[in-house]
Amino acid sequence: MEIKKTSLNKLHQSNNAKFVEFAGYEMPIQYSKGIIEEHKFTRSHSGIFDVSHMGQLFIYGDETLTEELEKIFPLDLKNLKQNCSKYSFLMNEDAGIYDDLIITKIEEGYLIILNAACKDKDFEILSNLLGSKFKMNLDNDRSLIAIQGPKSVEILKSIINGVDQLNFMTGNWFDSNNQKLFVTRSGYTGEDGFEISISNDKAEKFVENLIKKGAQLIGLGARDTLRLEAGLCLYGHELDINKTPVEANLRWAISKSRLSNGGFIGSKKIMNQMQDGASQIRVGIKPEGRLIAREKTKIFNDTDKQIGEITSGTFGPSVNGPIAMGYVDKEFSKVDTKILLEVRGKKYPANVCALPFYKKNYVKGVN
Amino acid sequence: MSEVKFSKEHEWITLEGDVATIGITKHATEMLGDIVFAELPEKGSNVEKDGTAGVVESTKAASDVYTPVSGEVVDTNQAIVDDPSKINEDPEGSAWFFKLKMKDQSEMNSLMNKEEYDKFAKESTS
Repeated sequence: MEIKKTSLNKLHQSNNAKFVEFAGYEMPIQYSKGIIEEHKFTRSHSGIFDVSHMGQLFIYGDETLTEELEKIFPLDLKNLKQNCSKYSFLMNEDAGIYDDLIITKIEEGYLIILNAACKDKDFEILSNLLGSKFKMNLDNDRSLIAIQGPKSVEILKSIINGVDQLNFMTGNWFDSNNQKLFVTRSGYTGEDGFEISISNDKAEKFVENLIKKGAQLIGLGARDTLRLEAGLCLYGHELDINKTPVEANLRWAISKSRLSNGGFIGSKKIMNQMQDGASQIRVGIKPEGRLIAREKTKIFNDTDKQIGEITSGTFGPSVNGPIAMGYVDKEFSKVDTKILLEVRGKKYPANVCALPFYKKNYVKGVN
Repeated sequence: MSEVKFSKEHEWITLEGDVATIGITKHATEMLGDIVFAELPEKGSNVEKDGTAGVVESTKAASDVYTPVSGEVVDTNQAIVDDPSKINEDPEGSAWFFKLKMKDQSEMNSLMNKEEYDKFAKESTS
């Protein structure tokens, strides 16, 4: 299959990006300054991320759409206000996760942001579940740009009037240069920031404008270290079809009002696990010293019994040390539990720790 | 001190008397990206030509460090273990990895000179 390119590909090239293939797309892993500099720049100033490979699924319909979506997602969508976003999951009957996503209630419908590697399958699953009653558009004509970090609000406000009025996890349509942009205040770095949905032909100009105002392009490498410091899950690593939201320690994302009556796909398993607990659970892990324990590293207790596995591990530039997430047996999931990580045949000490590794900077109440 | 020689695994080596100093090349650090972890061989241990003699990890991945010659490890550079970013800053100078007392100095003969290595490095990236 031919590798796909986003509308910003040329701009990445002219900014000396190193490319990798990610979910069938040629994406920048880093630019000339490197992952650590890009990471720190995002935390201190403002980083621009091309996330156009992600799926932007617009679904339009009447109030029966909300009812139908409540049969799928563990959310109280009836009481979700227009322009408000929720983190959620597309699951199978066993509550295994097909994808994690952000759903926003928009005028006459919903916008769902899907992972690049999952979006086509998600579309198929949702089409089968919803039938032909609703208008569904996995929009390939729009790019998705994230701008993250403390200076982002000032920079974006100078281009799109009024974005500073958005609260975290809300969004709205904005007009800028005679075009309609959908902007949400959200992100994947642990910083305040925005995601902007913009038509492909305007994306490059828009990003050039952000760069002129002082923001810098950031690659997928730093996106990964930023999200890991923020304790956020990455599909295909912390989450997959064999993991449930309860095991992933994401019960907060399941609306309380939906737990009493269920009625969404996977609800039976979720309700059971909420009551009895899951046998394995996702935790934060901090290796002692500087050792990095990467994905698939085996986790042991002090009697040499394997008790889990790392799902993501890297060096956290803002933490200035190694960090990881992984799954451990329930009895080892308490903060400060001593564990051992097997790296290159030797076992090294580590501790279960609270997430996030890096304290969030989200703007909660603007209004 | 002898002329700097290079291996196909992107190590550099210089010889002073029978003691060789070994590190990784600037080209290697550029390929690796930001280095965040370094592990060195133990002082007093013996390492064999082309065997592993350490590990470096970048933000992206772990890579073995090989030794281009055999010998006994007589010194290691603790400064790069304490602050691995020094390897990116000065890979072919202060950020050397380890020193070996060589057994057989003829092992140096099979290694590349600067010109040969630069050509090799250029070809291996393209």
